Amino acid sequence: MEEKNVYQPYLMRIASIIDETPDVKTFRLEFINEEEGKQFNFLAGQFGEYSVFGEGESTFCIASSPTRDGYIECTFRKMGRVTKALASKEVGDTIGFRGPYGNTFPIDRWKGKSLLFVTGGIALPPLRCVIWNALDTRENFKDVTVVYGARSVQDLVYKHELDEWEKRSDVKLITTVDPGGETKEWKGEIGFVPTVLEKAAPSSADTIALLCGPPIMIKLTMPVLTKLGFSPDNIFTTLENRMKCGIGKCGRCNVGKYFVCKDGPVFTFAQVNQLPPEY
Amino acid sequence: MTDKKTIKKSSLDDLFKKMMADGKRVLAPVRKGETVLFQEVDGYSAVAADYVQTTLSAKEALLPRCEEMMRFTTAQSTVSLEEGPAKPSPVVVFGVRPCDARSIAVVNAVYLKDYNDALYKEKSDSTTIIAVSCAKSDEYCFCTSVGGSPGSTEGSDILLTLIDGDTYLAEILTDKGKAVVSIAPALFAAAGSEVKEKHLADVPVQFDLGALEKKLPGAFDGAVWITQSLRCIGCGTCSYVCPACTCFDIQDETDGTRGMRFRCWDSCGFGQFTLHTSGHNPREVQSQRWRQRIMHKFSYQPDQLQVVGCVGCGRCSRACPVDMNILQHIKDIVEAR
Repeated sequence: MEEKNVYQPYLMRIASIIDETPDVKTFRLEFINEEEGKQFNFLAGQFGEYSVFGEGESTFCIASSPTRDGYIECTFRKMGRVTKALASKEVGDTIGFRGPYGNTFPIDRWKGKSLLFVTGGIALPPLRCVIWNALDTRENFKDVTVVYGARSVQDLVYKHELDEWEKRSDVKLITTVDPGGETKEWKGEIGFVPTVLEKAAPSSADTIALLCGPPIMIKLTMPVLTKLGFSPDNIFTTLENRMKCGIGKCGRCNVGKYFVCKDGPVFTFAQVNQLPPEY
Repeated sequence: MTDKKTIKKSSLDDLFKKMMADGKRVLAPVRKGETVLFQEVDGYSAVAADYVQTTLSAKEALLPRCEEMMRFTTAQSTVSLEEGPAKPSPVVVFGVRPCDARSIAVVNAVYLKDYNDALYKEKSDSTTIIAVSCAKSDEYCFCTSVGGSPGSTEGSDILLTLIDGDTYLAEILTDKGKAVVSIAPALFAAAGSEVKEKHLADVPVQFDLGALEKKLPGAFDGAVWITQSLRCIGCGTCSYVCPACTCFDIQDETDGTRGMRFRCWDSCGFGQFTLHTSGHNPREVQSQRWRQRIMHKFSYQPDQLQVVGCVGCGRCSRACPVDMNILQHIKDIVEAR
């Protein structure tokens, strides 16, 4: 039998587009070949290579939950050649997708536990996948707490979903914006994520923390989580590095001996602490 | 047990012609000015004699510098993907050095483990390696320090060793090797008791590979990476000439309607190799990239893929425009306190 070309993407139709911020968009993507769509499976934490034909490929997580059938979603900021080309696409247009790649959050092992999500800015999308996965199987978890910050109100992504989580009694949502980033109508916290987290002081008892954000946020949040009693093997994150192939061959995303694409992107901080600073 | 035969040097032209008549392209070292490069030949007379090492390895037969991955046609909102490149025709690469033949194990480990890279596998399946043992070496050679030897059979389908002026001992090592013999059985004779060892170059062991592999995991923060790479200009030549370097970039080209996606050789020596879109770069200075080169080959690959990513061919040292000598640098790393 002819071997499949592992670099050949699925063709995906853009089913809907949400403008999250002036430069961040969310695409909902459906498989053009329905049979491929039916066979496709992924788990929370995995990522893919999204392509605009003629411009190239770009790496993002799958931001939707595996509990939602029939589509995947990605959220990206308009930054480079590919994401600029992606941002110019419209509903109905065709793009490419390869994946799912990488390891997953071990969400099955977390049954009966509480989940604490701590994230900032454009780092919410990889955790949003896990949040919806948990909310769609809500009976499996105790408390679900989300601490989410952004530079300004305008920079918060998934605003419509933040409103939804705010209203739900089974999610505790704390949103915050950096000082000066608030609006007159802003009802959330004002302050940096680590400070707001320390004030909220969620319990670490039987709780898994998921931390994802810019390096400076991670650096300042880790001591707070430690103070709250979280051990590094109960704090999970997802790393990113520049990637091309996504399958451990092109050679650039390694952190020490591990490839982020193949051995990650999900790591515990017990693992991250053993890695050289190459991310 | 390896099947041993002999073949006369004067029969090689016949062998080449018979392989070509069998539908195979034959690549062999050809002298071009000061360089010796693998090129398609139409007979043995084109083959360079008297070279220690080819300027570039035969890696390109399996892993082209630039390789089409797919073609596409884009219209208003639709895209159609086209058949990939045509199946490669079978190739015989003649005159590969044993170190280069060993490097195929490294490329295999990267391209065939976990995700099977069909583009590579097709070429790998249809390529036959006829290696020629080294009767000469130079000061850059260190195959014996990384597990090889001037007469190593690893990775070859047939290994030829010149045992007198006109006779090669031919070790037939694989089914692909047997297939070559079966094309022209009359050109091969049964071997006598002749052994190859006394006809091989003397390449002394220069460092303890085990000691190096043991040392590297704890050497990440050493100053040695900075001192060794101060003169590195990040040109990537070392990767370009390396038979075991496998990293690649993926790019698209289009005329607006029809286009292709291709991959081409890349190098960890380039700053853009790891540059994030945000401007952040996990390996932002040259010493970090030099460290990556050594760590990847001598620590990460042995640990993760059970292969050493260096076969001691010496090309990176011969080609380096600022005379960085990998052998000397490795010795210094092993000896550094």
